[in-house]
Order: sequence, then structure tokens, then C-alpha cells
Amino acid sequence: MTEYRYVSKPRRTKEDRRFVTGQGSFVGDIKCRAMKHVALVMSPFPSAEIKSIDASEALALDGVHYVLTGTELENATNSLMSGLDLPNYQRYPLASKVTRYAGEWVAAVVADSRYIAEDAAELVYVDYEALDFVVDPEEAIKPGAPIVHPEIGGNVFFQRKFEWGPVDDDFSSADHAISYRARWSRNSTVPIETFGVVAQWNSAEELLDVWASIQMPKYQEQIGNALKLSSNNVRVHYDVDVGGSYGVKRGIKHSVLVGYLSIKLGYPVRLIEDRLENMIGGDAHGPDRIFDVDMAFDGEGLIKSMRMRALDDAGASPGRAPLQLGKPVTAIVGPYRIRSVEYEAISVSTHKTTQEAVRGFGQSPTNFAIEAGIDKVARFLNLDRFEIRRRNFIEKDEFPYEIPSGTSYDSGDYHTVLSKTEKLANISSLLAKRDQIRAEGKFAGIGIATCLEPSGGNAGFEPLFNEKNPTTTWMESCQVKIDLNGSITGIIATTSAGQGHESLVSTVIGEVLQRNPDSIRITRTDSLASLPSNSPVGSRMAIMLGGAAQGASEKIRKQLIRIGAHNLQMPVDQLEYRNGDVVIIKEPNNKIEWCELIEIAHRRYHDLPNDMEPGLQARHVWEVPTGGSMPTSDGKVQMYPCYSFEAHIPLVSIDPLTGQVTIHDYYIGHDCGTQINPHIVHGMTYGGIAHGIGAALYEKFEYNDDGQLLAGTFMDYLLPSAHEIPKVKMVDHCTPSPLTPMGQKGSGEGGYLGAPAAIASAVNDALEPLGSEILTLPMRVQDIEEVLCDAI
Amino acid sequence: MSEQYLKKINVTVNGISQVAQIPPRMTLLDFLRDELDLTGCHAGCEHGVCGACSVIYDGAPVRSCLMYAVQADGCKVTTVEGLAHADGTLSILQDCFCETHAMQCGYCTPGMLIAGHSLLQENSSPSEMQIVQAIGGNICRCTGYRQIIEAIALAASRLKEAS
Repeated sequence: MTEYRYVSKPRRTKEDRRFVTGQGSFVGDIKCRAMKHVALVMSPFPSAEIKSIDASEALALDGVHYVLTGTELENATNSLMSGLDLPNYQRYPLASKVTRYAGEWVAAVVADSRYIAEDAAELVYVDYEALDFVVDPEEAIKPGAPIVHPEIGGNVFFQRKFEWGPVDDDFSSADHAISYRARWSRNSTVPIETFGVVAQWNSAEELLDVWASIQMPKYQEQIGNALKLSSNNVRVHYDVDVGGSYGVKRGIKHSVLVGYLSIKLGYPVRLIEDRLENMIGGDAHGPDRIFDVDMAFDGEGLIKSMRMRALDDAGASPGRAPLQLGKPVTAIVGPYRIRSVEYEAISVSTHKTTQEAVRGFGQSPTNFAIEAGIDKVARFLNLDRFEIRRRNFIEKDEFPYEIPSGTSYDSGDYHTVLSKTEKLANISSLLAKRDQIRAEGKFAGIGIATCLEPSGGNAGFEPLFNEKNPTTTWMESCQVKIDLNGSITGIIATTSAGQGHESLVSTVIGEVLQRNPDSIRITRTDSLASLPSNSPVGSRMAIMLGGAAQGASEKIRKQLIRIGAHNLQMPVDQLEYRNGDVVIIKEPNNKIEWCELIEIAHRRYHDLPNDMEPGLQARHVWEVPTGGSMPTSDGKVQMYPCYSFEAHIPLVSIDPLTGQVTIHDYYIGHDCGTQINPHIVHGMTYGGIAHGIGAALYEKFEYNDDGQLLAGTFMDYLLPSAHEIPKVKMVDHCTPSPLTPMGQKGSGEGGYLGAPAAIASAVNDALEPLGSEILTLPMRVQDIEEVLCDAI
Repeated sequence: MSEQYLKKINVTVNGISQVAQIPPRMTLLDFLRDELDLTGCHAGCEHGVCGACSVIYDGAPVRSCLMYAVQADGCKVTTVEGLAHADGTLSILQDCFCETHAMQCGYCTPGMLIAGHSLLQENSSPSEMQIVQAIGGNICRCTGYRQIIEAIALAASRLKEAS
């Protein structure tokens, strides 16, 4: 294993100091002169025709400047982008003729303060005529159901069935088969900071400056397209701290809305969602999925084949929802040697809030569905749940391992990680503890989930689900420069939402150039000044931004060596770069030192090699390893290069009277290859587990039969606090990726991809003595209590 | 702001007396952020659940989103900007948050620091459960709380060494 100076060392992160002193710069902290504020008028109906809007009373209020309706905005702008090929489909930030979910934005009020804007929003009178609606996705695809978008011709946004390998043969030759339904209910990442955006139009420059709590690829292009501007008339500032995202901070409709208002009114305009606007109308819900699964297996518990039908309730607009059915294709068999798979992805429209990308992009629900099946097969055969996983794991010497859907897993050692986790958990004493709790009259169970985290993707789900989108690259970039005084700056082109990009990039640059990362400045520039970037999605930045930073740093190191070679009149292969100096290997005292190398680059052009540019900077745009190929006609595709692995083992108990779940212990073994910063990897894993515990036990965007969202505040959408999250114990393992410069893989989604499956496994182990089972998440107190009441 | 009626208040914030004319309905949170430019306290839920807006009000941690600024007239308020030493060096607790990486996005961090600071003022050697209780009213979506709990425990031990 490579020995690093800074990489993998427990170093402080660069970003933390500004946050502990209250000096973070979030979008709510951006202030422009004469800035105006927006509040929104939301539809109270899940579906209604907008007959008329009367804003006269609102406009008469002191301090109110404008009320924007959907009709005006629709006439002035282009449709927001859809990831699918839906020729007649259009989407705008405000509803114009028809509303499609309760809470959809109908009008926007602009005023001197948010207080006044909210007052005025209550004075906008909208005449609605309620229409039929549907909120159940299975009802939505039945004949006669109310259609959310008549122009599409039905409520199916997307449907495709893939078959990889001899599924029918494998089922007919298998000893056994089981069928089950697993339900992942609608939740989301729900950052503590809502989405916000400030737009300021400069008419002389014809330039729209945008500050936003954004985490979205191609953001400035999407704004430009919608507002009919060249995208070099849009400048997105990346030096905005994003107060949590985990996928969802993609407020394109918000951004187009305030961009339009700023251009129209000539003022800077700000929209910061309040909590209700965020939860109901922010279009940031997550997957809402029904899995129907068949698994075929032999008497030894070896899984031969799987059929999975995943029906996802996208809500009112496609958003990113359909494509979130695509990512799981890349890890559709999990860590197991399942040789054939049928996968049907169906994205359905209902009168609910639109989805956005959520941590793992559909992988966590899929992992839950697969893991539930592995447990069921174990129970069917009366096999140990750990043993059946070991029997089905891909072996470490089988990598690169191609799964039926055409993806090649890069590396892994699943057996070792599971055994390290079992050792950490001390399984025999954990079993004794479980049985002791059972002896005390409670229900208790141990969970197990072994899952993959695909990372660093090339967006291959785009062409897989839309032939007209031939995306095969998802590049990332970094520029490194060294100034005349020898100070190093790394320039990156993305906002950050806690992923520690400045720490990542400074560590990698420091490692390559052998300079202390603490002395390296990382700056986040803007969309006009920057190299191409695709934002921190898909657990990609350790891989892609790390790779870009390494590439740029290595170019600079090569330049320095060449300057040294030219001035020492020695061939490059007899020189070594050492702590910033270029040294003759056989005569270590004969060298050109860092300061002189820098001076030559910046001042002494006469001492530079003939073909070298003066100054000292390098740029590197890195393509995704394994990127560059389109899916085959049968839907085989390599969309992610690297596959991290994790094994989760929780112990839970259930109060027999209330159904309350208590998590006593939680162990995780985690392998994301080389860790650039262990603090960051561990923190993301702990946080992902907490998020997954929320999805497993508490969090749900519940709708009633009237199509109303019942969980629009933190009083009824329950986020886990420190009381609910156990003391997680973690063991690391490192199987480097052969595809990345330092062997790193992704880790930003990790804990979340396995925790829901693991908690479900534990609860079902606890319920097994009753012969009961729950395959619907979240397993809330009332859901478990209902099962207990039925069983006892 | 086109508000018709303004009320004069005098609040001591981070040791400095602040006199302002504000609308009576302005929250303490908005007063601190918009009038005094103390943007360390954050709006998360604006209904008193998440704790991102926490400040110390006459010695106790409170939700500044649930208070009107006029209620703070004549009172003392400490925000996260007031936790560091006058020369800018970090408090022990702030330093420990950096040591254990007790944050990711940093949005809940000021509220967590206020909660942790208030705990350590009352209890110099808290148990883990007491730390959990102290931050139990503050939601963090990034960290799963582990490194926050470690930071507060570390600060308690360092404070003990320092005294």
C-alpha cells in the first residue's frame, strides 16, 4: 500500500474554521442593495383549473412591487428541462392553467421584505375549479384514472423492461423461488437550510448574477435556456456554502423565477423558501417506490436469478425521478453473483409534489429491496443470514467482475469486510445480548445488510432512459497555479454542501507537490471563470475532483522537473522532485530549489525550456474512468466506475406495548478504497446511517385521500435527533480501486445506502418469533404496533 | 422596510449595546441577521424544532426564531460570533469542533455550539447522555451527531485540564 504524507491522515478540514465562527457564507447571507423578496401563493387543491387571479389587493399593500402569475412566466420563458424524451411535455416554475399538486406554486409576490411579501401572498385571490386527482401510483395507471398531464397521453412517464441473461431458464431450473413486495415510502434528504437563490440583473452588462444553495450539473445552461439568454449572460457564483443537500438542492424552478423577476423589475430578487414552501412546494421529495420481486435459488441458498419490477411514484413532474430508476441498473445484483436479471422500471405520474435527486439516486431503495429478499431466502431455507451472503458474494479474485447488466465492478473484498464487521460486533455476544433482551419480554433483532455504493458516475442513465441524450462523459476539472511568491492556489468549479472539497483538493495538491495542504488556498470560482464541472453528484468528488486535482498537480510537477532539467542540463530521468526542489538523484546536494524554480517560471523566460509557457499553472479536465460508451440495445451499460462496499450490523429492540424501536448497537464495516480524509469519510458514513435510520423508522411524506400532504413541518415529518441515533462503531477496510489515481472510491452516500435495509432486517429478525414481517418503510411506531396487535 | 410602526429597542449583543428601531413583529433571528449582520445564527424550520437559530438569551439557550426582537429589549444576547476570544482565537469548544470534524455543511453548527457551550457552562464534566440531551433539540442532517458528541466531550476534558 502506498505511504502518503497527507492523504489518509487524520487532518483537520479546511472548511470547519469558518463554520465554527459563524463566518460561513450561505445564500441567506448574500445581500444586494435594494434587494426584493419573494413569497409564494400555493395551490390548496391537488388538481384544479385556475379560472382567474386577482392580485389587486396584494398590489395595493405598501412595499409590494409585483405579483407574477404563471401565464406571464410561461409566455416569457422556455420550458424547464426534462430528462426524458417527452415531446409535448412542458414544465414552468408557476402553474398557469391547471395545478397538479396541493402546494404547487401559482403566483409569486415581490416586496420590500419577506414579511410584507407573505402578507401580500395572503391577499392574492385565486379562483379555482377543483378537478379529479389521483395520489396512488397503482390507481394512476388504471384505465379511467385522472391524467396528470393529458399531453403525455397517460400517467406513465417512462417504462422499460430489461432482460439480462437467461432469466426464464434460470427460474425454471432453480430449486425454489419466492415472490415478495417491498415498499419504500416517499421521504427526502430535507436539509436544515431550505433552498434559496438571489438573482441580480445588470442591464448594461446584460449579465444575470446568481447566488444559490445549489448542487446541480449544467445549472447555468439550464437557467440560460429557460430565460432565453446565452448562458454566458448567466454567472453562477460557486463561493456559496450550501447548508446541506444530499442531492436535492436543485431549485431550477426557483432560479428561473427570480431570474425572470430580476430582469423584469431591475432589482436584485431573493427567494429563500420557508419550511412549508420547501416541504410542500419545493419539488424536493425523494423516491416513492413499490418493488415486486421474484428470486430463484437452489437448496444451498445460491441466488440464480432475480426479477424486479420497480414502480416509482414520480409525482406531478418527471424531475429526476425516472432517472433514479436508472442508477440501480449499475448495481442491480448488489455484491452477489446473481447471473441473470429482469428489471422493469416504471415511472408514474400522480398529483403529488415532484421528486428531486436524493442521496444514492435510487440505490438505497433498491438495496433495501434486494437485501429483504436475501433475508427471506435465508429464512425459507433456514440458513444463517450472514452465511447466505457469504455464499453469494463475488470473490475478491473475481474482479473486475461483470454483472448481468453490463457493469464491471472495479474491486472489492466483501468477505473480509463482512468478517471484520462481525468481529467488531462480536457476533456471539451480540446474539447473547439479543436473546437476553428477548428473555426480558421485549422483541429484539439483529440486522444485516451488505450493499454497494456505485460512485463517480458518467450519467449513463441519461442515454439509457433517453436515446436522444447521448451523454457519455461527466467530466470534472481543476486548475492549479503557483504565483511568484510560491503560494499555491487550486481553483475548483462547484459549490460545496459539506463534502469538504477544499480539504480534498488541497490534500491531493499537497501530496503531489509535497507542500503542506494548510498553505494551499482553494477557491471556488464562478460559472464564467471556471473550467467545466458537473457538480458534486453521484458520490463522485473524491474520484473525479480528486483525479482532476491530481492531474493538474502532476502537470505542474512535470513542468518543475523540466525547468530543473533544463537549468541543470541533465536528462529528466536522472532527476527527482523532492519537497519542491529538483534534485540530481546521484548528487542530492546538487539541486535547484523551489524558490528558484518558481522565479524561472515567472521571470526568467530565458531560462525556460523552449516550448514551455511562462507562469506556472496547469489545468486538468478528467473524464470518468470507464466513461465514453453508450448503452447497448439491450440496455447494458457501464455508468459508474467504482464500487464501495459496506456491511451494516445493528441490534434493535421493540417495546411490545408501544412498538417503539430502540437501536442498542450499530456496527459498520466500510471499504471505499483509499480515504483522502478519514474524518470526512467517517462523518459522511455516520451521517448517512442517521439519514437511513430516519428513512427506516420515521420519515415519510404522507398524503391523505384528499391529496393533501400531512407532513409539511418538522412537527410531523420526523427527523432523527441525537436521542434516536446510536453510537455507531465503524471499521475501515481498503481495497483500492485500480481505476483512480490514489485508489479512492466514493463515500458520500455510503451509510444511507445500507442503513434502511439493515434496520429493516433487524426489525424483522425481532418480529420473526411472531411469524410477522414488515416490508414497508418507514416502520413507524404505529406500523409496528399494528403488526404486534395483529400477531399477539 | 415599509412598516408603519417601529419600536425602539436596546439589546446587548456579544457585549455591545445595540439600539435599533424595528417593526414589532420582527423575530430576534431576523433582527440579529438582517439588522446586525450577525449571520451565524440560521433559519432552519422557523417553528422551533431544528435549533439552527439558537442563541444565548440572558444566560440560557433559546430559539431566536420563536422570539420577537422587541422581547429582547434590555436583555443580553450571545451569538456564535461571540464565542471566540476577543483576539479571534477559537474557544476550546470551537477548536474541539474542528478537531473532531463535528460538522459537514456547517449550517446547524452555530446552534450546536450554543447548545454545547451552554451545557459546559452548567456542567463541566457531562456524561455522554447529558451531552445527547443538551443537543437533543438541535437537528443535524450531515453528521449523525457522533463527531459533535465527541467534540463536546473533548472540550469538557480540555477545559478540565485548563483549569
